[in-house]
Amino acid sequence: MKNWIAYLLLIVSVLACSKENASDTETYEPTPLPLNIPQIFSNNIIPPVIPNNNPQTVEGVALGKKLFFDKTLSANQTIACASCHAPQNAFTDNTPTSDGIDGIFGTRNSMPLFNLAWNYGERFTWDGKELSLERQAIEPVQNPIEMHSDWDDVVDRLQVDNDYPELFRLAFKTSTITKELTTKAIAQFERTLISANSKFDRFSLGQATLTPQEQNGLNVFMDEEKGDCFHCHGNPNNPLWTDNVFHNNGLDATFTDLGLGGVTGDPSDNGKFRSPSLRNLAYTAPYMHNGRFATLDQVIEFYSTGLQQSPTIDALMKKVDQGGVNLSAQDKADLKAFLLTLSDPSFLSNPGFQD
Amino acid sequence: MKQIFALLMCVALALTSCGEDMDDNALSNANINFKFSHTWDNTLINSSNLTTQTLTNENGENINITRIRYLISKLQLVNSSGTTFTFDGYKFTDLENEDTYNFTPENNSIPTGTYTLKFVWGFNEEDNIDGAYLDLNSASWNWPTMLGGGYHFLQFDGMYNVDTTPSPFNYHNGTARVSVGNFEQNFAIIELETPLNITKNATINVNMNISEFFKNPNTWDLNVLDTPLMPNYNAQKMMQENVMSVFNVEGITQ
Ligand code: HEC
Ligand code: HEC
Repeated sequence: MKNWIAYLLLIVSVLACSKENASDTETYEPTPLPLNIPQIFSNNIIPPVIPNNNPQTVEGVALGKKLFFDKTLSANQTIACASCHAPQNAFTDNTPTSDGIDGIFGTRNSMPLFNLAWNYGERFTWDGKELSLERQAIEPVQNPIEMHSDWDDVVDRLQVDNDYPELFRLAFKTSTITKELTTKAIAQFERTLISANSKFDRFSLGQATLTPQEQNGLNVFMDEEKGDCFHCHGNPNNPLWTDNVFHNNGLDATFTDLGLGGVTGDPSDNGKFRSPSLRNLAYTAPYMHNGRFATLDQVIEFYSTGLQQSPTIDALMKKVDQGGVNLSAQDKADLKAFLLTLSDPSFLSNPGFQD
Repeated sequence: MKQIFALLMCVALALTSCGEDMDDNALSNANINFKFSHTWDNTLINSSNLTTQTLTNENGENINITRIRYLISKLQLVNSSGTTFTFDGYKFTDLENEDTYNFTPENNSIPTGTYTLKFVWGFNEEDNIDGAYLDLNSASWNWPTMLGGGYHFLQFDGMYNVDTTPSPFNYHNGTARVSVGNFEQNFAIIELETPLNITKNATINVNMNISEFFKNPNTWDLNVLDTPLMPNYNAQKMMQENVMSVFNVEGITQ
């Protein structure tokens, strides 16, 4: 009997609550959508970086995805972010540098987009000039040789669209569109682009085996007397396969692109670029900051015999006097076979990432 | 019922007596943290001159530093009666990042008294577990499994003979490989004699004299031992010997 009264009270109070809710539209909250952290990451590395002022939500990610694929962001509405960052290329493109809306090519190779929330230093692009994903997303829209838009025009176009005002309300509780909210939504979508299902990931989790050739390739990668790649490009305990740090890896004797030095103004940073992840190389050719190498074989040959001396070359490029690490033909082939085990075909076909 | 009452009384008693203990300690306990500085003999090295300063090592080569990162663990204070207080955690220092020069253990309270400082260079065998520390993995601090696995103790990269023909050196220290599949522990126990009279909350100042890595007891000839040194057993053992004179207690601030 006592219980019965308690239930009644409970029901009454719940009703009272919901009544209040109904009268107050401001209590709508977007649905939180925590990042789905893969086991291979939670086992090995520290948690991703998500800014407090831009939490991941279902509605924010959905809006960001729509914006990412939307040509409305470019001045003449012919290209989207996805034009240079295409899902089938692990979110990069297949040309050495990329052409924007006016058919003019930039000077840098488009970068693949994955595991961006694990870039702990939050220095984005090849030279580290962008200090967060939110801020980075401002740039391509107004870059004269990329989307060549004016943000005020973009915001106006979105504001008069049939769908966007409502999608912004669902994501950010206001249908007044701004540049800041637009880039927040795009950054939320970008953080969901997680790639962690390569053959090597499954090998690490005990779900796949490497061939003897791939195993030897890993040894070449890890051996200071052979490839010695792991000091900059991760290792089986760091499945990001990059240190996200800036190095001069010996591509050039003199620099037309100063890289980090152009950002810091410090000549000792000239020629330094951020080490890219070696995940998904199967889909991201051509390689390096200006896309100079069309194939992985060329990249491996460069590290083996093609290094160029310069004042800022990293001390880890220790065999520069001999042109490089001088791998045998067998070791080169094995290294390539290992590198390809870091590619993740399921990332390309993930239905959540398609237009 | 009586039993439960008795039990409750016991618990209550235990709790209050605990509380009193803590009060007693608070009167004579001190919180300890550590501050590391780095020098090349008398030249202070920090993030602003790490890569720009040209230095001369014991053997006479002029060098420039590219990066120095190192790991120490199991910091302990040993008091005059032989009781040891072990601090949790490990200290991973990157000379480029001055925030990492300081170290405050999570449980850093010890009774006041006179102590000496002791710590492990790198990780000892028990702690040097391959892949076990997520922050160190995230910093790509791992030591290859083919060399025994676990973690680097030191990564010291730079150029030597910078005045004539600059060549790279990679002075990296970790587990020593005797032969394929056969490894030897290579950590070092650093015991610093300087007595530390701790009367209240204190910062213990420790200095690393980087030049000692090339000096004592082995005068290091970079022309011979530059790279690769990780798989070089003799080089690894010489590093283990030379690290013994690298650290010094500078004193305490309290
Ligand atoms: C015309 C081709 C092009 C378009 C369009 C483009 N990008 Fe890029 N993106 C690039 C290039 C080239 C880089 C490398 C830039 C650099 O290093 O200076 C890059 C770099 C990036 C990075 C840095 C990745 C990292 O790991 O540091 C992000 C993030 C990014 N783009 C997101 C976007 C978004 C969001 C849009 C749409 C608003 C977009 N891009 C539109 C070509 C393009
Ligand atoms: C000193 C650090 C360092 C070492 C050691 C190193 N790399 Fe790199 N790697 C880089 C940097 C930095 C870049 C980007 C350079 C640029 O574009 O200017 C890069 C680029 C690459 C790329 C191109 C990836 C892309 O998406 O464009 C591949 C592939 C690669 N490295 C493989 C290797 C292999 C294999 C080894 C060992 C033989 C190795 N690296 C050793 C720093 C390093």
